[in-house]
Formats: sequence, structure tokens, C-alpha cells
Amino acid sequence: MKILVCVKRVPDPETVIKLTPEGASIVTDNVKWVINPFDEIAIEEALRIKEKAAGTEVVLLSIGQKTAQEQLRTGLAMGADRAILVLTDQVVEPLAVARVIEKLVGTEKPELILMGKQAIDDDSNCAGQMVAELLGWPQATFASKVVLGGDQKGAQVTREVDGGLETLAIPLPAVVTADLRLNEPRYASLPGIMKARKKELKEIPLAELGVDVAPRTRIVKLETPPKRTGGRKVGSVQELVQVLHDEAKVI
Amino acid sequence: MTAGDDIYGSAEHLAFRETVRKFVQSELVPRAREFDHLGRIDKTVYPKMGALGLLGIRWDPQYGGQGLDYSYHAVFLEELALCDNAGVAMGISVQTDMATPALARFGSDALKRKYLTPAIRGEHVGAIAVTEPGAGSDVAAIKTRAVRKGDEWVINGSKMFITNAATADWLCLLAVTDPEAGYGGFSQIIVPTDRPGLTYQLLDKIGNKGSDTGLFFFEDVRVPLSNTIGDPHRGFQQQMNQFQDERMVPIVMAPVVSRQVWEATLKHSQERVVFGKPLAKMQVNQHKFVDMMIQITAAEEFARRCIRKVVRGEDATLDISMAKVFCTAVEQFVANTCVQLFGGAGYCWENPAARAFVDSRLVSIGGGADEVMKQVVAKILQV
Repeated sequence: MKILVCVKRVPDPETVIKLTPEGASIVTDNVKWVINPFDEIAIEEALRIKEKAAGTEVVLLSIGQKTAQEQLRTGLAMGADRAILVLTDQVVEPLAVARVIEKLVGTEKPELILMGKQAIDDDSNCAGQMVAELLGWPQATFASKVVLGGDQKGAQVTREVDGGLETLAIPLPAVVTADLRLNEPRYASLPGIMKARKKELKEIPLAELGVDVAPRTRIVKLETPPKRTGGRKVGSVQELVQVLHDEAKVI
Repeated sequence: MTAGDDIYGSAEHLAFRETVRKFVQSELVPRAREFDHLGRIDKTVYPKMGALGLLGIRWDPQYGGQGLDYSYHAVFLEELALCDNAGVAMGISVQTDMATPALARFGSDALKRKYLTPAIRGEHVGAIAVTEPGAGSDVAAIKTRAVRKGDEWVINGSKMFITNAATADWLCLLAVTDPEAGYGGFSQIIVPTDRPGLTYQLLDKIGNKGSDTGLFFFEDVRVPLSNTIGDPHRGFQQQMNQFQDERMVPIVMAPVVSRQVWEATLKHSQERVVFGKPLAKMQVNQHKFVDMMIQITAAEEFARRCIRKVVRGEDATLDISMAKVFCTAVEQFVANTCVQLFGGAGYCWENPAARAFVDSRLVSIGGGADEVMKQVVAKILQV
């Protein structure tokens, strides 16, 4: 079978983010870029399926600038077979991302699409769902366990929901989005890194796909969370209740 | 272009650095003090490193190695140096740089299959056994004797200050095999540590506490003649060659550790207020930080000069001998200065400067003492 894994280049979660003076984007100088951690989990899951089912091909897909090659190479070093990079300098919103994926599904014809449940940069959490809708495929989001049927015609996907776990049975082809506890991604090994150099990384200019990617939204303003201030000690339960009522106005 | 880009700035080098960094930071750093208490590395670390291809970077792919040049290995050593435990970094580098190079370069196909391949996989841990109670830097004065009996060597003697003493599965031993033949009378022999007659005793070091260092006793220890590495008459020369790999380790690691301790100390000095202002803002201390950084920068460049020469396959004996003296002296100077800047905290084991202070004392002794390095340099320069 063929698995398409969608990979986004995002700032390292440990990077300290600074806003530009206009306040609608972030300063990208000196930012370390990584694979979106949830997408990395999706890659790992695809590789584990491949290890169990011989003949499985894992294809990575990213949309963005040429620099996203770095993240695709990392995924190839982890063990994916080949990669596609849809080149564009413009901001691509979740709906546009979903349309690009839909278009490439037409040519690649995967049986399974795996992607992170959300990207940690804008936290939209909707591209996977939109892809499923556009393709008319079943979707299983927030996966914490994926068990592929022996006949590769369906999968059982366990999802983390409020108050417990929910297990869905879905026919393939389908879209599955990965949650944090699905697996722990491997490191790229040195032999993997050297092999990745020779794997195919195809670049397709976005314009060639003929997909409507016009933005529907505009970022008005970004704000950093308020700076943490020190706590305050109160003398008694009575004083605590009073402060919560009079000052914090939460009770 | 940043420093070192010409040797290890490629996309593959950067990706590899990321892999080693992730491994070191998530598998070794959190367990650094545990290994101190254990007095050795947990051996389960080795197979994980083997699976990532870290233990045979330079060796022949036929035996499980990666067949890459020293630039990748330098990246590995630089990141390993940041594992927050000099003993652990030393134990692992004994495996990669001190016990296996001669085997990889001169060993027979059968010997490499038997000992090199498992070492590269991390299934075996190796140790290097050259120094003796009566002979250290004066290598030719060793007395441990291997006598040929039938198709076996029978070994008697003792070996001192052996890293990985308790964890090693085999030793790369240097023994006298022909006392009449001078420098042609030594052989390198692989000795599995489970052989009858081979015992060890651990030593209590002042630093490098995360590694197991010991004394070995050989009493009629028998190993097959086929365990001889390369030419039985060229053991001394093969070991001298292997020493170049060993000496590169502190050259590459000392500047990295020095910078790490410098950064930790600067952070402390910026936060610590004395007489109304941060310690770091006092001119006397500003100069200390600058003096240290001048030395660290020079050591980093000296290390890269050696790495370049090794990568290009040039004879680097002169540079390696000088850089070992210089880079380790810089680490000692930095560690000592940082202890002073930390004050009382710098005298406690939990403090990075304190550990660097005792750990760094070893690096101008092990692998060829400063005095021996200077004699090598004097000979080459004909002074």
C-alpha cells in the first residue's frame, strides 16, 4: 500500500518566538526549524506500518519554500521512501493546504493519509478534516493507536476523547491525524541520513497544480501571553475567598 | 560561513549533529549523575548508539561501519562531550577511538568479523590495555609477556589504569612477544575478558567518576594466535598509530567542554550580585571571562586544524602532539577560573565547574602526558 504523510516546517517548540514590529507575524531570523512534532509522529507511524507490511511505500508531502527540503530530508533519513515539495512563497491556509493535498492524492493515489492533528505554529487543527471532506474519505482524528487490518482494507483507530478512549473502525482509503501519544518518533540514524541524500525529492511549483489558494483570512494581530508575575500569599482561607471574590472576581 | 563550515557544514553533517545531539541530550544527560553513582556506563546505552550508526562511523561498511571520514566522527565527539559526564564520554570514546582503530585498520577479516562488528553494533564493549604499573608514557618499557605455545598465546603480567575495566568484553592488549627484537618485539592481541586467569580490580579516581577504571592481572591467560591484530612484529607501531586517534579525543572535546563551563559560569556571574552589582560586571571578572574566551577560541581553531589534517589524511603528529598539550591546558585553566568565579558552589560535585576541575586534570596525563607530547614535538622540530 501507499501512505502519504503530510509534513509542515515549523519553528522549534523550544525557540523563543519574537513578534515583528507590525505585530502580525513572527521574526524568523535565527529561528531553528523542525518538522511539526505531530507530523513527525505521523511519519513514525507510517514507518512502523511499512516495517510490518512489506511493499508499503511512504511518501512525504510538504508545501512551502525551498527550505522545507531540510525537513523532508530528515523524514527521508528516518526511513520514508520519497518526498514531494510543493513550492510557494505565499502563506497557505488550511483550506488551501487541503486542496493541494486533494490534488496530489489524484496522482499519487495513496490508501492512507497520515498527518499531525495540528501544526504547532498556528494550531489550526483543521487541514486533516478538510482533506477528508474534499476527498469524501472517512477520517479518524487525534489517533493514539492505529491498527491496520490484515487485508489492508480498513483500520481500527483509537482516539483520545474527553473522559476516555474511542475506537473507530474505518474503511480505507482514509485520513488519520496523529496525537501526541501515538508513538515516540525515532532519531534519524547515520546510515539513514546518508541514504536520504540519494532519495527522490520532487519539487512542483504551486502554480502548476491549478489549485485555488487565495487566502480567506487575514492575521490582524499576534500577541504574546501576558508576562507571568509572582504569586501572592494570603493569611487564611477567609482572606483567600475574599480576594477571589473582590479582586480576581472569579467567585 | 561560520567556524568549521569547511569541514562539517554540509546538510548531512548538520542532520547528523542533530541526531547525536538528540541522543546525547535525551539518553545520556538525564542519567549523568546516575552513571557517577554507578561508577560506570549502563551497557544498554551501547546497542542504542550502535543502531544509530554512532560506533563505527569511520570503519568499513563490510563490518557494519559507515565508511565516512573523520569530519563526521568529529561531530560525534563534539556532541558526546556535552553529555555532562566526562567519564561517560571517555568510556564511549575508548570504544570508538582507542580500542577499535588498530583492529579496524590492521586486523584480519576473521578477527574483524568476530570483534569489530559486535563493537560497532554496541553488543561488545572494548578497552585498551597498554599502561602498566611500571610503564605508562614510556610504552616500550612494558613487561606483560605473551609466549607462543602451539596455536595459542599464554599471557602473564598486569595492566594499569584501564578504562571500561568492569564493562569491557575484550581488551586490545599490547604485550611483549619477542624481548630480543626491540621495537619489533611487541604484538597487539585481542583478549576476551572472560578468559580464565584474567582478573581485575577497580581503582577509586578523583574524577571521571562515570567510568570504571581498573587494574588487570594476567595469570597464564590463553588466547588463540589468530587474535593477534595485524603484524605480530609491529604491535608497537600499530599502537603508536592508534594513539593518534586517542589523542584527538581530548583535542576535540576539551574546547567544547570549556565553552560549556564558561557559559554556565557566565550565567551564574550575571545573576549573582555582590556589593550591589552582578559578579560578571566587575572589571576584574570581565577580564577573566575575556581571557578564557581568547583561550577557548584558540583551542577550538587548533582542534579544527587537527580535524582538517586528519580528514585530508595528512600526517598530523606534530599538530596533534601540540594541540593535546594546548587544548587540555585551556580546559584546566577555564575549569580552575570558573571554580573561583562560582566560589563555594564551585567546590561541590553538583556544579559543572567543579566536575570539570577534577575531570580535566586527567586530560594532560592520559593518552600521552604533556611531557611526552613535548618530547615528540621537540623531536619533529629538531630542537
